[in-house]
Amino acid sequence: MSDIESKRPLSPHLTIYKPPVTMVVSIIHRITGAGLYFGILLIAWWLVAAASGEVYFNYATAFMNSIFGHLILFGFTWALIQHLLGGIKHLFWEMGYGFEKESSKKIAWATLAGSALLTIAIWLAGYAVN
Amino acid sequence: MRTPLSKVRGLGSAKDGTEHYRLMGLTSLANVPLTLFFIWQVVSLYGQSYEMVVERLSQPLVAVVMALVMVSAIFHMKLGMQTIIEDYIHGENRKLMLLIANTFFSVFVGALSLFAVLKLGLAG
Repeated sequence: MSDIESKRPLSPHLTIYKPPVTMVVSIIHRITGAGLYFGILLIAWWLVAAASGEVYFNYATAFMNSIFGHLILFGFTWALIQHLLGGIKHLFWEMGYGFEKESSKKIAWATLAGSALLTIAIWLAGYAVN
Repeated sequence: MRTPLSKVRGLGSAKDGTEHYRLMGLTSLANVPLTLFFIWQVVSLYGQSYEMVVERLSQPLVAVVMALVMVSAIFHMKLGMQTIIEDYIHGENRKLMLLIANTFFSVFVGALSLFAVLKLGLAG
């Protein structure tokens, strides 16, 4: 970059606007996606443990049933549901539905509310089954 | 005579953007029912004994759909991480190394999961 170019004023952007909910949900979508990338190791671990025999399976599930394990799995559940709902949102947007200013905001809020409710519902269902 | 378009054709960051986009859309669509199936399995197996879990995972339908869950999810996450790397990593060498690591990680997790699912499914 030449001297002249480097001294040009930059247009202020990300840092000075109040973040719109659609942007926040988009960022969350990427972060949860990256989290799930590593979180899938939990599923792979569970499958491998089940295929490894009873002793190792009980060891793995004892970890997953610890408080620390439940915290990780609860976060994983939320990330999975948030990413799932965000993905469904994208499928609709890409077909051209709900992309207007107000409806896109509503849908973005709905993914946040929906993921919170569904995550809690899934855990309640899990405890109820047990 | 080369037009500006012909000069840049095929010079995108990964040379296969259309296929990337198509596979991302296809796997995201597939992941909706597959994820719901997976959650249903895990919730209904929560707190169950080793025998119960193994018995469930040995049922043909469960084993096959679990394999599809992992295959679809792993293609999806591999493409997603590729996009993240291409967006944020600008040095060519580092980018290439991370793209290779992404592929290795995805194939490894996929191979582990598929072997486990097959072992459980074929044992029953």
